[in-house]
Amino acid sequence: MISLSKISKTYKNDGVETIALRDIDFEIKKGEFVAIMGPSGSGKSTLMHILGALDSPSSGRYFLDGQDIATLNDDELAEIRNHKIGFVFQSFNLLPRTTILKNVMLPMAYAGVEMESRLEVAKKYIDLVGLTDRINHLSNQLSGGQQQRVAIARSLVMDPKIILADEPTGNIASDQAESIMKIFKDLNKQGRTIVMITHEPDIAAHAKRVIHLRDGRIVKN
Amino acid sequence: MKFLEIVTESFGTLGLNKMRTGLAALGIIIGIGSVIALISLGTGSQKSIENQIQSLGANLLTIQPGGQRNGNVRTAAGSNTTLTLEDAKAISTSSKITTVKSVSPELSRRSQIIAGKNNTNTQVLGVYPKYSEVRKISLSSGVFITENDISSIAKVAVLGPQVVTDLFGEGADPLGQSIRIGSQSFKVVGVTTSKGGSGFNNQDDIIYVPLSTAQKQLYGVDYLSSISLEANSADVMVDAQNEVGYLLLERHKLSDPTKADFMIMSQSDILNTASQVTGTFTTLLGGIAAISLLVGGIGIMNIMLVTVTERTREIGLRQALGAKKKTIITQFLVESVILTFFGGILGMMFGILTSYILSSLMKIPFAISIPSIFLAIGVSGAIGIVFGWYPARRAASLQPIEALRYE
Repeated sequence: MISLSKISKTYKNDGVETIALRDIDFEIKKGEFVAIMGPSGSGKSTLMHILGALDSPSSGRYFLDGQDIATLNDDELAEIRNHKIGFVFQSFNLLPRTTILKNVMLPMAYAGVEMESRLEVAKKYIDLVGLTDRINHLSNQLSGGQQQRVAIARSLVMDPKIILADEPTGNIASDQAESIMKIFKDLNKQGRTIVMITHEPDIAAHAKRVIHLRDGRIVKN
Repeated sequence: MKFLEIVTESFGTLGLNKMRTGLAALGIIIGIGSVIALISLGTGSQKSIENQIQSLGANLLTIQPGGQRNGNVRTAAGSNTTLTLEDAKAISTSSKITTVKSVSPELSRRSQIIAGKNNTNTQVLGVYPKYSEVRKISLSSGVFITENDISSIAKVAVLGPQVVTDLFGEGADPLGQSIRIGSQSFKVVGVTTSKGGSGFNNQDDIIYVPLSTAQKQLYGVDYLSSISLEANSADVMVDAQNEVGYLLLERHKLSDPTKADFMIMSQSDILNTASQVTGTFTTLLGGIAAISLLVGGIGIMNIMLVTVTERTREIGLRQALGAKKKTIITQFLVESVILTFFGGILGMMFGILTSYILSSLMKIPFAISIPSIFLAIGVSGAIGIVFGWYPARRAASLQPIEALRYE
């Protein structure tokens, strides 16, 4: 479902070239739970952004669900992100001072889903992450773990092909981290494809497959 | 995303951060308000001056003798002796004059006036009864100069309130008292109501006597210093000016209008001059307003740039969740329009209120300049919208990840 071939990414900063990724090749099949591991500066975040169509590679080809992402324009990319990818960020990235319900409905608003089914779908996923009793709370009234669960619910509402999680437990107390990981594992059991970035081995241990990155290269797959 | 939904969303977002929204709106309110207030004050003081001149009589024409010409030297206008009572009578009786309602011949001099131990130097004006009609003079007590006074060359005088104060003290009743003009004794028969004015045009510091008395008893002359005319209406001022002009040229046996030994001035001429003066004043205020518009505009620009730039991360998040560039730009544009629209309306009310309070404090008429409202709202609105739209467009053009990582 995901196929990368010879993906490279080079940043230019004040004339200094930094190579973040060199010739990355791998495939991820439907239903996989993959963890991408590596120390900071290994290029794992850059890889994640390219997988999420948030950034474009300097060279190489990226196929998502049979589509060559490199050929798409900004609006088509926005549509891909909206329909096929669910994001869970390290820093949650919820809209501040906005209710949980509205946060979760936002991707559906951009997709133009009818208001009735928006409410129905949002409630379903808020229930899935166990926050039904806080549906009208504001995002900033929640703990880190709760905010991340809202973000997971938000990533699911468009029924994406793949869920991309960037250090999903990085800003969360360790006791809550376990329950977040349980949600991911359950989602994977239901057949969802999950790609997760982490630098913590015990978090990566939840995944079925681990890709190790170092200096922009895959060292172990 | 539907447009209506974007509008609802924008209202919601503006409500989220009340401080930020309030400050942005305040910039717009002050910018628009100060411009409207300043220009309205300018318009108001212009009106005030026009009203004062209008109160002298809008249909008023004044004939004065021209200056004397000796060779190439011309003396001051009004110093000639060519205007006579016969001229005034001819104007009021001639069949060629169709647009003049009343004629008031006048002789003006300055004299020393004495009453008891007090004395003052003021203008003595020899007049006909018509004067009160032409010049809109009303009396606070007694009567004005009558036809009878004219024919009997009576030694009676009507005093302006300033003269009463100077000679008899504040609020005194001078009716029946006698005053001396030069060496001759006059009986006070009336006092006019205060009209205001100052300097040369102080209509309160004046003494009216019968024209015949002034000419024959006081000053021993047979000419006039001016003739005031009241035209039938403000529309026929030019006709009246022409009719009277040709009649006088004929009477003075002059064939060339450029050699006329008199001048006819209308109130509208004076009005025009005054309007030019106040026009300069309004331009000055307009200049100040333009500067405050500029300053206000820069304020709006700054706050818009800051508020939108501060939300670059939010823009990145919205892009990551599938918002298209157009949707994001529309959202920020709608927010700017809402801000500038409501800020503009509040600013307009603020400006109108300020100019109302200031004009009542300054005792000038309250006037709203409609073009200034459109100008202020137009310029500030345009600035607000452009500088809300520009950073949003810039942020929406970034790669989503760059916007998300923006510090």
